[in-house]
Amino acid sequence: MAAILAGLLYASAAVFVAGLAWRIRQYATTPAPLKIPTTPAPTTRGGVAVRLAREVVLFESLFKASLWTWLFGWTFHAGLALVLARHLRYFTDPVWDWVAFVQPFGVYAGFAMAAGLAGLWARRFLVDRIRYISTPSDHLMLALLLAIAASGLAMKYVAHTDIVAVKSFIRGLFVLQVREIPADPLLAVHLALVCALMLVFPFSKLLHAPGLFFSPGRNQVDDPRERRHLAEWAARLETK
Amino acid sequence: MAEITAPALREFPVAPAVSPDAMAASKPYVATDKMQEALGFPGALPEDWHDRAIAKLGEMVGKYRGLRVYLDACVHCGACTDKCHYFLGTGDPKNMPVARQELLRGVYRRHYTLPGKLFPKLVGARELTKDMLDDWYKYYHQCSECRRCSVFCPYGIDTAEVTMAAREILDSVGYGQKYSNEIIGKVHRIGNNLGLPGPALEDTLLGLEEDVKEDTGADVKFPLDQKGAEVLLITPSADFFAEPHVDSLIGYAKVFHAAGISWTLSSKASEAANFGLFIGNYDQMRAIALRIREQALELGVKRIVVGECGHAWRVAYSFWNTLAGIGSGGEDPFARQLQSQLDHRYRQPTHICELTWDLVQKGALVLDKEANDHRVVTFHDSCNVARASRMGDEPGGQFEIPRALIRAVANRYVEMRPGTTHEATFCCGGGGGLLTDEILDLRVKGALPRMESLREVADRHGVNFMATICAICKAQFTKVLPYYGFNRSMVGGVHQLVSTAIRLGAKQ
Repeated sequence: MAAILAGLLYASAAVFVAGLAWRIRQYATTPAPLKIPTTPAPTTRGGVAVRLAREVVLFESLFKASLWTWLFGWTFHAGLALVLARHLRYFTDPVWDWVAFVQPFGVYAGFAMAAGLAGLWARRFLVDRIRYISTPSDHLMLALLLAIAASGLAMKYVAHTDIVAVKSFIRGLFVLQVREIPADPLLAVHLALVCALMLVFPFSKLLHAPGLFFSPGRNQVDDPRERRHLAEWAARLETK
Repeated sequence: MAEITAPALREFPVAPAVSPDAMAASKPYVATDKMQEALGFPGALPEDWHDRAIAKLGEMVGKYRGLRVYLDACVHCGACTDKCHYFLGTGDPKNMPVARQELLRGVYRRHYTLPGKLFPKLVGARELTKDMLDDWYKYYHQCSECRRCSVFCPYGIDTAEVTMAAREILDSVGYGQKYSNEIIGKVHRIGNNLGLPGPALEDTLLGLEEDVKEDTGADVKFPLDQKGAEVLLITPSADFFAEPHVDSLIGYAKVFHAAGISWTLSSKASEAANFGLFIGNYDQMRAIALRIREQALELGVKRIVVGECGHAWRVAYSFWNTLAGIGSGGEDPFARQLQSQLDHRYRQPTHICELTWDLVQKGALVLDKEANDHRVVTFHDSCNVARASRMGDEPGGQFEIPRALIRAVANRYVEMRPGTTHEATFCCGGGGGLLTDEILDLRVKGALPRMESLREVADRHGVNFMATICAICKAQFTKVLPYYGFNRSMVGGVHQLVSTAIRLGAKQ
């Protein structure tokens, strides 16, 4: 089983990294011929960095749009960030100080993450507008994330896994060794689901993560009168 | 034509229940083959329209980063679902911004993404059938490209960009909209949207000179094609004769007169509007903008000033520098040719409100605020000015400067409810190429949120004048106000207020 999981992890991580790099390259190289920031917009690059940071950290626009969606969405994402930070202990040896520091918070974050996901999912059933726009994949994505959270929490609170062995397995993958892994079905499910998440990432709506940074509505500087902004294909029209 | 009904004003502004296909019958007239071909589009749907449309979609995704990111990034969170005035006024779920986008996104998924090719049902990928194409035509003409939804989207997804792309694809397969395409043809042939030829314009302006002379005793001029003038004024052609637009034109002329600034209109570029924006066609938008560049060069002006028009100010402020080198900071020979002629101590282009406000601050105008005391004024932010442009040097100047100007010329001013003004302002219901009477029912319903906040200040504070700086807003409100029990004359321009208050030397 160790070999199967190792193969899956390698393959999905490769698809995740290569796929994401390909999509980011696509976004970066597609021209943005017109200045279309949603105004009022910052007039400097530094201002744009602050605007994006507020979107990434605080979900500012969503906060203005819908308090419930913001509450569930922000709780889920903040929980996920802490949980991911907590998981760094499986990758680093010795464990970095700040990773050690966030361990206790990471536990609560797991519950926060699940609660946020549950809230987001409930909205897909309870609000008629959101029910109308939900596709099967929207439900599946929430199910996938919730199953990852649940299987992870189960290993902490229901049936402990030998995490020292898990760490040894993970660290082994970095030096191309397939070491022993605890024969724990919860662990296998947890890892397999994470693989699935990595596999779909570059092809799904999870692209909202890199997408935000390339959204002209949010990342453009408001200076069209001061600077001439010209895409390559638009500039060619002037030589005709 | 469908029956035109105004929805009841809501006591609490909550989203309506979803009512599928409520607006499935709303559809503007299709352009004739002549109108289409005049713009270089096919005259009617060709046999291979499906493949052409899919190819065009792929081409656009490759040319516009915004479109590509917007089609990929949406997570269906629902933040935008209760933000569109057309959804609030109709309840039709396809008027929720995300659902409107999905009409195009589904087809993009089907043809340009792996999961859409493998598991179309699962990810909501859709075939481009004739029914779907008809849905595009209907529902991308129930979007006024006002961008209110983009303010609330956590990724800044801009439905206007999606609507413009869809309309561009529709045009490319011979399925264009009559209203916009006919008007663009007129701009090219005659010089303005109304098809008002040079001699008629000259007559109109002479008539205005006489009217103002009679009213004020001052020799206020309305110059046309005057070489060597300091300012070229580019204003929507509705300003030349439509009510209440013309009162603002008189206001601009009085300001120029009082400040002693020489100015001119151009008969060949007698139109600020640029409907190329509405149909999402870069070439058309550029061609229309180039007329202004050519006239600025020919007349040798030092400054270019834009009158009260929302989308025109968006194009002027955000795109003129790109499209036609009208602005500052251009390094290339094309841009330098015009920019070396312009006076860069001034913003290029300048909004008429910026110009007048600068003069007010300098004390260059004599203003009698009491002259507006019969009015209780509120201000309707026009969507393109609010969310797609700026005035002055600070972000948000597009809100502050018109308000400061109103306060400088009128004593009684009231704001409408927060959440319906500034960047969250509601569209008048007639923007983005929808100001055409066969879809008046949609326009009336789309005005609902604005009418609600207007009703509130009218009842509480006696507001009897809603000032705005957009020709489309003015025309739309004049038409729909009566459906909500208001007097149609309560809408007008900011420079209409300026015109009332300004005191010209000759009278004293």
